Amino acid sequence: MPTTHATTQNGSAVRGLLRLWPYVRPVRARLLTAALVAIVASCTGLVIPLVLKWLVDGPVADRDPAGVWLGALYLLLLGIAEAVLFGVRRWLVARPLSHVEAGMRADLYRHLQRLPVAFHDRWASGQLLSRGTTDLMLLRMFLAFPLTFLLVNGVTILVGVVIMLAQDWLLGLVVLVPAVPVLWTCVVFEGRYARVARRAQDQVGDLTTLVEESVLGIRVVKGFGRHRSQARAFDARSADLRGTELHKARLLATIWGVVVTLPEVSIGAALVLGVIQVADGDLSAGTLVAFLSTALALRWPVESIGFLLAMSQEAATATERYFEAMDEAPEQESAGSGPRDPAPEPAAADEAGLRFENVRFRYPDADPGSPPLLHHIDLHVRPGESMALVGATGSGKTTLTALVPRLHEVTSGRITLNGVDITAMPREELREKVAVAFEEPTLFSATVGENVLMGAPEGAGRDDLDSALEVARAEFAHALPEGTDTRVGEQGLSLSGGQRQRLALARAVVGRPRFLVLDDPLSALDVHTEAAVEAALRRVLADTTALIVAHRPSTVLLADRVALLSGGRIAAVGTHQELLRCNAEYAHLMSGEEDPR
Amino acid sequence: MTATSPGDPFEQDLLPSPPGATAALLRSLLAPMRARVALTTTVLLLQQAAVQVGPLLVAYAIDRAVPAFRDHRYGPLIAVGAGCLLCALLSGGLQMAFVRQTARVSQDVLLDLRGRIFRHAQALSIDFHERYTSGRLISRSTTDVESLRELMEDGLQELVTVVLSFVYISAMLLWLDLGLGAVAVGSFVPLYFLIRLYQRRAGRVFRARSTAIAAVIVKFVETMNGIRPVRAFRREAANDAAFAALNRAHERTNGDSLLEMARYVVGSRLVANTAVAGIVLWGAYRVADGSLELGVLAAAVLYLRRLYDPIDRLGMFLNSYQSAAASLEKIAGLLARTPSVPEPVTPRELPPPRDGFPGREVTFDGVRFAYGTGGEVLPRFDLTLPAGQTVAVVGSTGAGKSTLAKLLARFYDPTEGRVLLDGVDLRDLPTAELRRGVVMVTQEAFLFSGTVADNIAIGRPDASRAEIERAAKVIGAHEFISTLPDGYDTDVRKRGGRISAGQRQLVAFARALLADPAVLILDEATSSLDIPGERAVQRAMSTVLRGRTAVVVAHRLSTVEIADRVLVMADGRVVEDGRPAELVAGAGRFADLHKAWRDSLV
Repeated sequence: MPTTHATTQNGSAVRGLLRLWPYVRPVRARLLTAALVAIVASCTGLVIPLVLKWLVDGPVADRDPAGVWLGALYLLLLGIAEAVLFGVRRWLVARPLSHVEAGMRADLYRHLQRLPVAFHDRWASGQLLSRGTTDLMLLRMFLAFPLTFLLVNGVTILVGVVIMLAQDWLLGLVVLVPAVPVLWTCVVFEGRYARVARRAQDQVGDLTTLVEESVLGIRVVKGFGRHRSQARAFDARSADLRGTELHKARLLATIWGVVVTLPEVSIGAALVLGVIQVADGDLSAGTLVAFLSTALALRWPVESIGFLLAMSQEAATATERYFEAMDEAPEQESAGSGPRDPAPEPAAADEAGLRFENVRFRYPDADPGSPPLLHHIDLHVRPGESMALVGATGSGKTTLTALVPRLHEVTSGRITLNGVDITAMPREELREKVAVAFEEPTLFSATVGENVLMGAPEGAGRDDLDSALEVARAEFAHALPEGTDTRVGEQGLSLSGGQRQRLALARAVVGRPRFLVLDDPLSALDVHTEAAVEAALRRVLADTTALIVAHRPSTVLLADRVALLSGGRIAAVGTHQELLRCNAEYAHLMSGEEDPR
Repeated sequence: MTATSPGDPFEQDLLPSPPGATAALLRSLLAPMRARVALTTTVLLLQQAAVQVGPLLVAYAIDRAVPAFRDHRYGPLIAVGAGCLLCALLSGGLQMAFVRQTARVSQDVLLDLRGRIFRHAQALSIDFHERYTSGRLISRSTTDVESLRELMEDGLQELVTVVLSFVYISAMLLWLDLGLGAVAVGSFVPLYFLIRLYQRRAGRVFRARSTAIAAVIVKFVETMNGIRPVRAFRREAANDAAFAALNRAHERTNGDSLLEMARYVVGSRLVANTAVAGIVLWGAYRVADGSLELGVLAAAVLYLRRLYDPIDRLGMFLNSYQSAAASLEKIAGLLARTPSVPEPVTPRELPPPRDGFPGREVTFDGVRFAYGTGGEVLPRFDLTLPAGQTVAVVGSTGAGKSTLAKLLARFYDPTEGRVLLDGVDLRDLPTAELRRGVVMVTQEAFLFSGTVADNIAIGRPDASRAEIERAAKVIGAHEFISTLPDGYDTDVRKRGGRISAGQRQLVAFARALLADPAVLILDEATSSLDIPGERAVQRAMSTVLRGRTAVVVAHRLSTVEIADRVLVMADGRVVEDGRPAELVAGAGRFADLHKAWRDSLV
């Protein structure tokens, strides 16, 4: 059940992270400056022990008060410089990094909105959401800390090592010995950590999906008293996540153990060696203090490498997950073989209206060997004509209607509006011409007025709104607490199904579209309201070319003619009465009688 | 989430919670972990002890081992070497143990918290869900939990490390030299004020940030779930703009929080470095006049560097603490909502079914229902539905049909009066017992991700495959299910994108059939079915569901044909009540409706 999308781990973490470059590019100057500042600040910290050494070996040993003052002044100045530089580094990156995160999120949102509907059918929105939130936060943190500090700490360690070698090359070499095993451990565990981190992130996505579904499906859960089984499913998922997180922690613990122990051992060895040298007089006490002070100052940069690499690893998988969604191709402007012959502008009489020519459709993710859902659709809705589309449950009526505004692309064949292939016109234009009311009336978190006017061209005003509400018999909107300015919640849940359906219908007709596609637009209305809507709708339909999915005679009667969809084809076209008389399947669908004659 | 009525807490992201609820929540989360937290802290205590011995060894080496070595006494030097090795092994090993331990503690706390949010959200009643958007709930259980995770995993370690090293190092310094130590401890005072200042300012910023990200999530979820209308109505550009505004608000607060951190780091570093310079100056003077040993000064200086080292890390802790506190506050606000439809305190059981009839009697006893905001939906009424009766409820939109159904399903509790099932108040029935009694099928047939069979099995999770298929066959869903790529094992993917609304309603019916309840409520549950589909459902109801009490809310009067009784509702009242034939023959509203419906059938 979990929808993990773990791809094979080809390519290193670095290669993955390099894909962030386009987003980082605009802020590269600041980021680089910040890194340099951090290096300088960090090295300032390393100079402090040298001042101490000078202080101990010089003024203190010589009992020179003025020198002591000077030393302390140097320390103070260095300290202030360090503090200010640290602050400058953070100040430099604070805004740009939030900007990068926000920019990536906006891009993801923009891109997802333009991906084919088929993509959204396939991907749980929880998985998308976790990419847009948790993963991007990981990336921002990566840019803020590991990226900078891997560099800063690397340079700091290098400078520290040089300082130590300069003070005493033997002691320096002793301290350097554990570098090799530490690096080896990091590399080995890095790979394992990456895999586990990816699993954890996918599991977070699955958990998000479960939370989302249990909220959106709360009525089902409550209606069947299934809290407990939902909670069990949730517990199972979150226990999985816990297991993965603990696995991560075990790997991290090992890295920590190695990274802490080995350097400490080598510093201990250096101390013993240093004591012997001081005793032999080969080394001053001040130098030893300074050396150890430097070595200890390097402890944090060394220890931090373990978790910095771990964070980088997580950032790499987050990048990978982010680009999984970003790499999906958005809807192509012209699908298939592109615009065919440019349409003759004044459409010939038989070209006008909405025409399906030999349309074949199979869902892009369906097995290519399976029979197509729509096999061979030939249908002509004449200009100004309303055509009802009737078919058994699951015969593909909704799918057929989704092809007109190009929510899905025909597999072959073509659909024309007044003779123009719909793939030959920009989607914007197509969707402006064709208005749709879906079976499931989704309202957005906005006012009633905004929800309805979504269907209208720019500049539509109150009059358009009022007349659309009238057509859809949705005058109830005026009686809401704040009239048409009342906000309807997420998905407009505080309105009844019938109310939402009428608003969705108003949205479809508000722009006075030339083509109207209505998917069972009156299913949730009571008989009286239905009759009233029908009466008003007839006026609109009089000069609109419309395709109306219908389940019952009352809706069918809105239309001039009826098309029967059966077995992936248009099996019959005619008036309601004709089909009722001559077509057994149609009569069955409309009357429910098992055996009509 | 623009505020329309400022008085409504649901307009804000932060629900009111009793004072101290946040702290109480944190305490209750950590309470069961007390022993393990203690163990973890002990491990860290020992680890820090091992780490902090280092400079002491240096002091000992310089002041003792060097002279001893010159005298050819190797004991002290060997002691130094052994001490170093021991410290290294201890600090590494204990660090390893500590990382594992913290992970266990924090993961268990998170597991607990995630579970609590989830269970609580599920326990809260429908009216809550109608007002608190799903995006916000998701944000509570994802990003807000995530910020607690950061606190638990990194922050807590930082805090303990910082506090411990402060304590250790201060003690060491005081022990090495009282004067130097006192100055070091004195420097904590300005640091403390800096921290307080940061907390105050950052708290505000983080609360704003958490609200901002929740708004982003709400918009994101809404768009992805409504992708079809978004596309069809060309909302992409408008959405981009709206999202950009929310995203920018989040970007701004996010940047603010990072800047607060920068301010804190500069301030605290300044204090620390000034203190170091001061102490060194004074120490050097005293070495110069002979009142302090050189080794002690060396050790003191080494310790001093370490003393202030964790200041940045303290900042990181404060950072994650503030962020987690803001999140916890919101979670606490959510958890503080009491379900308006609570579980019974003293649960009762339904009496055994009478005379082998599966149906039960439903009584509305002096029931009145009004929304919390005051609007009365159902004025006080009494109504009895005898066991086994099929009752159709008709009336225009807004007449109160659905509210009646929801009261019976206990989605809401009545404002006054009681709803009784075989004489037992619904409020006294535990959930499991209630759902054996009453099941409701609504118009929106939601499908969960998983297979078709999984979705039907929601009706009765322990049902066998054969039972699932039988339910599907009876309701007429078997045919379309067997044409799906994997039949009953077809994954419905994201909320059944490929399954039509009618098919989804059939699955929902199969669910209800499998649940086999005493009372079945259908709330406009056949709206998307075609006529043969509706017939199949009616057949199922007159055979399989015979003997059960059924309440059918319908605007399609075809259902009425199988009803024993019809209630016509208008403005929250039952205005007509009788057998269908009687009402049709009469001259009331139902006769009107029925005539209109007959006409619509042609």
